[in-house]
Amino acid sequence: MGEKEKDMEQPASAYFIEDRHDPIERHTLSVLVDNEPGVLARVIGLFAGRGYNIESLTVSETEHAKHLSRITIVTTGTPMVIQQIKNQLDRLVPVHRVVDMTLVGRSIERELAMVKVRGTGDHRVEALRLADAFRARVIDATVESFVFELTGDSDKIDQFVELMLPLGLVEVSCTGVAAISRGPEGM
Amino acid sequence: MSKDPESGNGEQMTGAAMVVRALVDHGVKHLFGYPGGAVLPIYDELYQQSDVEHILVRHEQGAGHAAEGYARSTGKPGVALVTSGPGATNMVTPLTDALMDSIPVVCITGQVPTHLIGNDAFQECDTVGITRPCTKHNWLVKRIEDLPRVLHEAFYVASSGRPGPVVVDIPKDVQFATGTYTPPRPSDKHVSYNPRVKGDAASIRKAVELMANAKRPVIYSGGGVVNSGREACQLLRDLVELTGFPITSTLMGLGAYPASGANWLGMLGMHGTYEANMAMHDCDVMLCIGARFDDRITGRTDAFSPGSKKIHIDIDPSSINKNIRVDVPIVGDVGNVLADLIAAFKAQQARPAIKSWWSQIAQWRARNSLAYRQNKDVIMPQYAIQRLYELTRGRDTYITTEVGQHQMWAAQFYGFDEPNRWMTSGGLGTMGYGLPAAIGVQVAHRDSLVVDIAGDASVLMTIQEISTAVQHELPIKIFILNNQYMGMVRQWQQLLHGNRLAHSYTEALPDFVKLAEAYGGAGIRASKPAELDGAIEEMIRVKKPVIFDCRVANLENCFPMIPSGKAHNEMLLPAEANDEATAAAFAGGKALV
Repeated sequence: MGEKEKDMEQPASAYFIEDRHDPIERHTLSVLVDNEPGVLARVIGLFAGRGYNIESLTVSETEHAKHLSRITIVTTGTPMVIQQIKNQLDRLVPVHRVVDMTLVGRSIERELAMVKVRGTGDHRVEALRLADAFRARVIDATVESFVFELTGDSDKIDQFVELMLPLGLVEVSCTGVAAISRGPEGM
Repeated sequence: MSKDPESGNGEQMTGAAMVVRALVDHGVKHLFGYPGGAVLPIYDELYQQSDVEHILVRHEQGAGHAAEGYARSTGKPGVALVTSGPGATNMVTPLTDALMDSIPVVCITGQVPTHLIGNDAFQECDTVGITRPCTKHNWLVKRIEDLPRVLHEAFYVASSGRPGPVVVDIPKDVQFATGTYTPPRPSDKHVSYNPRVKGDAASIRKAVELMANAKRPVIYSGGGVVNSGREACQLLRDLVELTGFPITSTLMGLGAYPASGANWLGMLGMHGTYEANMAMHDCDVMLCIGARFDDRITGRTDAFSPGSKKIHIDIDPSSINKNIRVDVPIVGDVGNVLADLIAAFKAQQARPAIKSWWSQIAQWRARNSLAYRQNKDVIMPQYAIQRLYELTRGRDTYITTEVGQHQMWAAQFYGFDEPNRWMTSGGLGTMGYGLPAAIGVQVAHRDSLVVDIAGDASVLMTIQEISTAVQHELPIKIFILNNQYMGMVRQWQQLLHGNRLAHSYTEALPDFVKLAEAYGGAGIRASKPAELDGAIEEMIRVKKPVIFDCRVANLENCFPMIPSGKAHNEMLLPAEANDEATAAAFAGGKALV
């Protein structure tokens, strides 16, 4: 039994005893908020206080003139919990809109990773060859190391990092997921 | 104060003056507070005016609960003013209480000057950080330019949608700074917070369809009806009249439908009546109005009302499908939705066939689940509430409570016929709420009879506020059901912890009569049933704060009861609560609260 399933057996929430076979889903939420002090703390505090999961969270001001920021959250939970999360976010005073990018469908998700690999000889050549196959760019190099810059969805980045592991992976710095919908409409 | 030459529609004044002006502009007549270094400029402004009356409490928690009592009894936001640091941290309990029970409270806190924030200055704390999870919203105002807007926004957020507490944290230098004050403009739409008021028409049609064809319907109403206002309460009564449906209510919703009404089943939930809980369990259509399926209400959720279609009216979308999955959610203001619902129901001209349902309910009623054993020599706590009710019912009475057995007996035995007459800490369960809340109620209703039905343990948590009542000539009555125990704690220890009464007996209670006199109030004691009526009448007669030490049967417990983890139809009735039945009923529920 996984960690998540164990969590759901809390006696305080008897409902989940009935509900525990509900599948756990992974959703990406885009949240448009006023860029004011404490707004991120409100969002994170909500997740922590109510026991929701955060798999990834990115935030940046996106409309400077209107002081609006866009938070992208990747979270997991049963469909009922995901709906709760959206409703709870939506009732925060500085939140303008909450869009479930997973339900909207066909949304594009990207993250950026910088991957440091240390090695010489065959490993170094192999790392460079794989980076080329993944369309990663070399943004720093020494005689015994590379830093690659890679953009893509989370799976692509995970896969690249895994391949670098035996080739001398030192560390990874990753932005987390940013998401946007396809087509002409905004959120 | 002069007109601002540039904007033409604002006045120049200090931040402290803006606070007082904004209070006046929002119709605030009273505020509850306690001065300190970081709010002195505001107190200086208060001193020089007479539009807003300040009630000086003895502890900031008292100011918060008084503001709550004021708000619950008037429907208008209660206002509290406290200083930085400990002043703000002492407000955390009332703020959380107000958040759980959806009570509009505007709390203004002083803060150290902006250049000292983050320096661990004297009486500094991260007020917005500490109160973020216990407010609906909060603001730290670092610039005088933002202050008027934030003050107006604070009143808007506190009282619109699902009401709740807000905090405006104002550094001392901002209180001294001069800026332009602009009055509130109700036409201004909030940029991001605009709760939905009108219910979806298609959902209302679906609800009416279910109601019209119901064979075993029940209305389950809550505090949201009271919060929605007098009109919503009237509409609820109209709906009951129109449909003939039975109605039960949560602790928070008592009085929205009159306890003397023919369709009243009594309160539901853990200590609700047998008929209310059985009706909830066996119904085929449940209409939940402004309630939130709290765990005290539902009992075991996977066995909660298994055969019913559920309709849920709530202004807060996050309340819907949180604990219980419902079939027809309707997001909107209760009053607004009920008006549409009634119109749609009338248009259907439906006459639900519910006669046999009512005869089933009559059988449940006949179990008389609130029965207790009367005693000639000792005052039974239930009897004390019944007598208090009988002797005050014709009057203009408001009741507050603390938390525990006395609170449940008050809910069971005091009949509330009007909304806003019942102030109790429901969600948070704050012992010490009732006395300061009574002060807030009495401030709003100077000539009414305000009684805090208290327990001997709870009342000691905020007993110092008697001094506030004496100072401001607020003749509140503290009616203590004194059994010398933390009764509800003891009841759980008896039922779930092998009768090991760990620290639930108060070994050194004060002499409450002398205590009242020491504070400058009046003390009354009754220990025999025969002297109870006379003593209550005397309490009503005395025109100053009274502590009534009502000595009741020490070991009486509160029934009926749904044991934790059990379903509505597994209630333990008083007549059946022998040792064996009790042990069986509570088996396995120990881990639950």
